[in-house]
Amino acid sequence: MDQIIIPRERLVAIPAVRTRKGNAWALRAWRALLAGVITLFLVNVGLMIAAVATNSFASRWLGTWLPQGWTPSWYVDAWKEFQLASILWVTVEVVLAVVLLALLIGVPAAYALARRDFPGKRAVLLLFLLPLMVPPITYGIPLATVLYQTGLGGTLAGVILANLIPAAPFVILVMTPFIEQIDPNLESAARVFGANTWRMFVHVLVPLLAPGILAASLLVLVRTIALFELTFLTAGPDSQTLVVALYYAVFAAGVRAPQSVDAMAMIYMAVTLVWLLIALRFVNPTQLVSRVKEHPQTA
Amino acid sequence: MAAATLRSAGFDRAVLLVVPAAAFMLLLFVYPFIYGLVLSFEPKTGGALANYHKFFTTSNLWPTIGTTLKLAVPATIINVFIAVPIAYRMRVRSRWQRIATALLVVPITLGTVLIAEGMLTYFGPRGWLAQFLQVTHLYDGSIRLTHNYWGVLISLVVSGFPFTFLLILSYITGIDPVLARAAATLGADPKAQFRHIYLPLLAPGLAMCFCLAFVQAFSVFPSAVLLGAPAGPTRVISIAAYEAAFEQYDYSLASAIAMIMGFVQLLIVAFVLSLRGWFYKGPVTGGKG
Amino acid sequence: MKHDFSELRLDRVTRRFAGAGGNAFNALNELSLTVRRGEFIALLGPSGCGKSTALNCIAGLLPLSSGTIGLDDTRIDTLPPERRGFGMVFQNYALFPHMSVAKNIGFGLRMRGMPQADVAPRVAKALRLVQLTGQEHKLPGQLSGGQQQRVAIARAIVIEPPLILMDEPLSNLDAKLRLETRSEILRIHRELGRATIYVTHDQDEALSLADRIVVMKDGVVQQIGTPEEVYAQPANIHVARFMGYRNVVDLPIAGERDGHVTLEAPDMKLVGVRKLPLDGKRAAVAMRPEEIAIATEPAASNVIAARVDHVEYGGRDSLVEVVTAGGKRLHLRSSTKVAAGANVYVHVPPERVLVYPSEGGGI
Repeated sequence: MDQIIIPRERLVAIPAVRTRKGNAWALRAWRALLAGVITLFLVNVGLMIAAVATNSFASRWLGTWLPQGWTPSWYVDAWKEFQLASILWVTVEVVLAVVLLALLIGVPAAYALARRDFPGKRAVLLLFLLPLMVPPITYGIPLATVLYQTGLGGTLAGVILANLIPAAPFVILVMTPFIEQIDPNLESAARVFGANTWRMFVHVLVPLLAPGILAASLLVLVRTIALFELTFLTAGPDSQTLVVALYYAVFAAGVRAPQSVDAMAMIYMAVTLVWLLIALRFVNPTQLVSRVKEHPQTA
Repeated sequence: MAAATLRSAGFDRAVLLVVPAAAFMLLLFVYPFIYGLVLSFEPKTGGALANYHKFFTTSNLWPTIGTTLKLAVPATIINVFIAVPIAYRMRVRSRWQRIATALLVVPITLGTVLIAEGMLTYFGPRGWLAQFLQVTHLYDGSIRLTHNYWGVLISLVVSGFPFTFLLILSYITGIDPVLARAAATLGADPKAQFRHIYLPLLAPGLAMCFCLAFVQAFSVFPSAVLLGAPAGPTRVISIAAYEAAFEQYDYSLASAIAMIMGFVQLLIVAFVLSLRGWFYKGPVTGGKG
Repeated sequence: MKHDFSELRLDRVTRRFAGAGGNAFNALNELSLTVRRGEFIALLGPSGCGKSTALNCIAGLLPLSSGTIGLDDTRIDTLPPERRGFGMVFQNYALFPHMSVAKNIGFGLRMRGMPQADVAPRVAKALRLVQLTGQEHKLPGQLSGGQQQRVAIARAIVIEPPLILMDEPLSNLDAKLRLETRSEILRIHRELGRATIYVTHDQDEALSLADRIVVMKDGVVQQIGTPEEVYAQPANIHVARFMGYRNVVDLPIAGERDGHVTLEAPDMKLVGVRKLPLDGKRAAVAMRPEEIAIATEPAASNVIAARVDHVEYGGRDSLVEVVTAGGKRLHLRSSTKVAAGANVYVHVPPERVLVYPSEGGGI
């Protein structure tokens, strides 16, 4: 090994490590500031929700800390006034249909994308990614136009189809990494032992994918309940979901008592919250926004 | 599309599985989009570009672009740049991280409609906030945080911040913490670790997050109506499109407005993403480390 | 930090972790060690023995639960890692993916405020030392594993630290590359003469590189000694097992005289050297495969009758596994050809039969 000879004089000496005191206090102040911002945000949001809740139980509330009286009658009123029974039913129908259909067409597509390479794959991927990146209003308006022209506008079927557009790609996006995780050797093993594609799907893949399917279903469910624009643009008077009905209620708040609107808002929040909490038990919160490029729900 | 020749039974047929979803997308997404695009060039009166001409000359139409940008850009900047230090602070897995993350997820699904109603009650002239400020004499005079620009901006931050926070948190936790440790052994204090290690590695994700948050904010609709003053200061472009479609029944104009909206978004997104490319090359070819 | 030092002293360094279910356990238990200037120390042991914990404590990446670390007269365990000035090579290299090779290496110098003009010649020198001249502008992702490893080493040494810490740097390399890089590390150490603390689970690495080896198990130091000492005279049964004494047999004690212990079982009678105080009626006996031979001539003692179970051909010699009448298995290395099923006699010299306290239970 030849010696590396560099005359020491040519190299500038390495400075000593810089010591910096007083950093500890700056760091602590910074952390306190951050904690303060988070607290401010959470407290205000919490208070907003509390304000709505309080108002919904108030008999009269005008500019004082707490209402003059309490009554649960607004909930009953809201139920009757906004026909919440039928609205809830419509919401259930729409959401369930969207979840089922999205799974039905999304999971097979995710499988094909995860396991196979084919010409035009990138174009197909882009096709599935676009609805998640383009905001609903932008494609919702042309979509509503087409639906009304084909007579589907204002019907339950139209609302379901419209909500399916962001839902199916979302299922594909969530399921593809799940499927990629499953060892392809399992499928080969199943084939070697005599299973055709259908039976392999049913007996091997679907059981393994169950957690992913559950996650995808819950996420689609939560997002569809809260998705405003598409239903708003395509619904008729008897195919409104809860979020759209709430919008109309707030919009017409001058005419109706604000407390009943708040009661309805609380019911809406109860519905979403229940499903959100269920979803959070099974799903990592970051999957609500997804690790992949994805368009957030906008309601 | 799925016209690939089947080489062997049971093997390539799997590719056909993608057909239903792809067909659905083409039918209900691409087709309406193209239909809308074509429709925008077929106005009720005038030549092919009449709709666009009308948009840019009508005094309650073309300013909507600026109005929307004035709302969307600050909201996005606030969301993204406040989320970064907070997500950075919470990058270590701990009980606090889990609790805060769970709490911050809740506003995402409340939806803008509920947030709007909450804000009207809480931030309203006689809501708790106003009373609090009066009682503590922090601010005398009435606060005007609803039915104006600020109401919409606040609601955009409330609904957008949790999303950007979660997204950035997932990017940050994806950065291997051993890199920061290595930097520490080489003499980097926590500030230097953030500046030289985390920030450059985060930059591409930040750009993407900015784009997504911006797109969400730019398409603001219910908040602008419920919390803003849709006649004037918060007349956003989606309101213009909606009015054209469902109040004037001019689907052609509505499609044109939707196209313009999409186009403006695309411009901004392309601009930010091009910045990202420039930034990422920086640390590689030299300059200050 | 000083560029030169006389000794680094670890005094009863302990690191406690809260385990599952709230049980605290000591990942590192009262490690005391003095490292002299220029010395190459290997921390050797199986996974979970605390060697990486010790390294991270010395680097400042983990706080101590108790004990102190001192560099000559200065106490350093209260300093954060960025103020200790040690160089560290990580197991997964931890190269900054967004910086070129040159920028990675120069990072430590730039953190000290050195202007770029002064950084460049030092980076060039470090690159020459690890034989990577010409790769300055490549990104880590464009390099092979061995090259990444050398960049990591260059990055640690360019700041001329008084102490270099290495955390299993070779474990991610394939076998051939591992040997080559090992020689590189030895060469660089000889050239720079800096104290080095090297963590590994591979006894061959420790034996070939270190001036002294610290054998650890379950957070506790088992033995500190030169490679020769640890190889030939392991301090206890754990060290013996780890250093390749593959044959450990539990036998009843028949008698003892002058440090020589006689152990007797129906199928074997051995005389060995006592290494630790014995208790009870049994003892554990450790023997190296290389030191058991197939007896070609009659010997006075330490001859065991056994049947060859199977032979693993190894070129120069073979690994032969034999079974005694009592069912005990012994592994030995032999260049004598034997066939499976053959009855043989094996012999091991008494000085190479090491006797330790019994571990309780069978073999």
